[in-house]
Amino acid sequence: MTMAEGDLAVAEVAFVRRATIAPRPPPAEMTGAIGWLRANLVSTPFNIALTVLIVLLLAWAVPEIVRFLVIDAVWSGSDRDACLWTVQHREIGACWPFVWERLPYFIYGSYPIPQRWRVDVFFLMLAVGVVWLLWLKAPRRDLGAIYFFIVLPVVSYILLTGWSAIGLEPVDTVLWGGVLVTIVVASVGIVFSLPLGIILALGRRSRMPAVRTLSVIFIEFVRGVPLITVLFMAGVMLPLFVPEQYSPDKLVRALVGIAIFASAYMAEVVRAGLQAIPRGQYEGAMAVGLGYAQMTRLVILPQALTVTIPNIVNTYIGLFKDTTLVFIVGIFDLLRTIEVARIDPKWATPVTSTTGYAVAAIFYLIFCYGMSRYARAMEARLAKGGRR
Amino acid sequence: MPSDLPAQPRPARVVFYNDPKVRSIAYQLVLCTVVALLVYGAARNAIDNLARAQIASGFGFWNQTAGFDISQTLIEYSSRGSTYGRAFWVGLLNTLLVAGLGIVFATIIGFIVGISRLSTNWLLAKAAGGYVEIIRNLPLLLQLLFWYNAVLKAMPDIRESIVIPGGLILNNRGFFLPLPILKGGLGFVELSLLGGVVAAVAFYVWARKRQERTGQRAPVLVVTLLLVIGLPLAVFALVGRPIGFEFPQAGRFNVAGGIEVLPEFVALLFGLSIYTAAFIAEVVRAGILAVSRGQSEAAYSLGLKPGPTLRMIVVPQAMRVIIPPLTSQYLNLTKNSSLAVAIGYPDLVQVFTGTVLNQTGQAVEVVAITMLVYLVISLTTSLIMNIYNRRMALVER
Repeated sequence: MTMAEGDLAVAEVAFVRRATIAPRPPPAEMTGAIGWLRANLVSTPFNIALTVLIVLLLAWAVPEIVRFLVIDAVWSGSDRDACLWTVQHREIGACWPFVWERLPYFIYGSYPIPQRWRVDVFFLMLAVGVVWLLWLKAPRRDLGAIYFFIVLPVVSYILLTGWSAIGLEPVDTVLWGGVLVTIVVASVGIVFSLPLGIILALGRRSRMPAVRTLSVIFIEFVRGVPLITVLFMAGVMLPLFVPEQYSPDKLVRALVGIAIFASAYMAEVVRAGLQAIPRGQYEGAMAVGLGYAQMTRLVILPQALTVTIPNIVNTYIGLFKDTTLVFIVGIFDLLRTIEVARIDPKWATPVTSTTGYAVAAIFYLIFCYGMSRYARAMEARLAKGGRR
Repeated sequence: MPSDLPAQPRPARVVFYNDPKVRSIAYQLVLCTVVALLVYGAARNAIDNLARAQIASGFGFWNQTAGFDISQTLIEYSSRGSTYGRAFWVGLLNTLLVAGLGIVFATIIGFIVGISRLSTNWLLAKAAGGYVEIIRNLPLLLQLLFWYNAVLKAMPDIRESIVIPGGLILNNRGFFLPLPILKGGLGFVELSLLGGVVAAVAFYVWARKRQERTGQRAPVLVVTLLLVIGLPLAVFALVGRPIGFEFPQAGRFNVAGGIEVLPEFVALLFGLSIYTAAFIAEVVRAGILAVSRGQSEAAYSLGLKPGPTLRMIVVPQAMRVIIPPLTSQYLNLTKNSSLAVAIGYPDLVQVFTGTVLNQTGQAVEVVAITMLVYLVISLTTSLIMNIYNRRMALVER
């Protein structure tokens, strides 16, 4: 008993803190810039080594690139002499006067100079169509789709090839080149691959065996071979398959090849979208009495295409890069005009090739990176919708 | 009883053209007829056009003398004595060579970059991300032309060759490596290598069984390395190092001796590996992210260290997600190797669809054979992949 009483007495004098102590801030070396550095750059010896390695790599590469593109670059001149090594000018960077002089050729190819405004109008119309479709808050996007997939192809065809009846001088496609051809090939691929791809994807999921078999054969065949062989096939076999008098010109053959190739890939992307639609959607559409065409058009495709927009855009990025392959079958796309210009004796210097390729790289990087940013933004948007 | 019920009026028979079955058959008949007519028309036109251009048809050209040279031949080939058929095999082997080596390099670079993107080292992750973004957004053809024309063709010429210690010579004609020359007595080394591999496999099987039975782990990696590399090296030293090297010698006008690696080959290998590695990096990253955090957390709470966790828990599960897209990247690399034609590396497309097509004019046959080769490669791979997927698919309750 006495023990317990003693304990009680001790407990009465014992001090218990009633209020909590305010938490102390974390040690200075764990927060702020220093903490971030410790956690992200130098947390272990291995990480320190990696950081040092990359810093060294960047310290070598970045100044080298800046030196080539800006500091040592040649900014004015009229021919190759400006970009050659001299005693005063020992380090030679990019040869910009070459790009400056050949820029019209890179953009229009050999399109007749008085007619080049037609190409400009085409670029402008295309830009309007692209913004109309991609900008989600744009008014009347349904009209935009009609404009992009129907009006634009017809008008640009007339505008670019010419039509004597309305005073537009015909321009042979042999003269087309540069960015114009790159954009034309990419747009034809984009405009044709989506509808064809949807038809093929629906065909592949059809219950009719003949339709399904033909779709599967087409898709698997085209996806199993390299684009370059499809282009060769379009280039050398297409003229054989049509009567001699209808033999298509070179550019059309390449466009057919690109459209065939892109639609097979698009078909698989669309099929993935179709597979993501739950069965209930089909059954619901049938229960309210919709026929196959109505069900597909009004219920299935709008949902299937929406969920797969990021993949569609990614396919378009691949297509845009693949347009360079028409180079090999003798079409003057941007890459080929650069290839022709860089070996022109007037400008041939040790730095001309690299300069030309740098221009092409910047062009493709801007377009492809832009598209991939758009795809990512769409993906984020769709994910937000799905989280509700 | 059924007979007591008032007779139900039979549902009005659907008019035959509204019957879904009849319709579906009709649609299919129309489609097949259209396709058949198209094929028939194309074939008729092709026969007419070929007859008019006086181009032979059939595969008779296969055994004719080729009469052109090929810059890189893995099998014996000469312009005078070899046939178009031989040229086909040379081209196919060159394609397989560059694709095989490209796959090895692309996998190594791709895994390093993919894992780096997930590193806790901020700088490393950003650098890997930059690599992927830049390489993926530039056309492969542009990259190949850059490597070939702006890098390899800009190498110094023969008289100013770069000589790297160890017998490597670089100039604008390509890379020159020392050629190993085998002498007698090498049979023992090969035998010991074979024995080492067999022993390593046996040890692996034994170690696995023992681990399943008792939980004890054996140093599999060390033993394997010892058996596969150490043993042959030891035998090699014992029998008196029966190997010599023929070093390339840079002369005034050409390089004598050694193995010559064409700049076209180097450019194609570089371009393909670096390009495909960017895609493989994304595949690897997605695969690792697909393994839920709970898996590694559970492993840590069982007391596993980060290394074994990665090796035994995360990677095996990630591989299930990684392997199917990885295979399609390998197929893409193989198909993309056909861009060799742009820089003049003698692959299947350059030799066969290029030169042979130009010489014989037999477009249909030549293009068909080329496509068939790629189709066989693609379809075989996807067949194997389907079997693999079925075996690896998660068996859920």
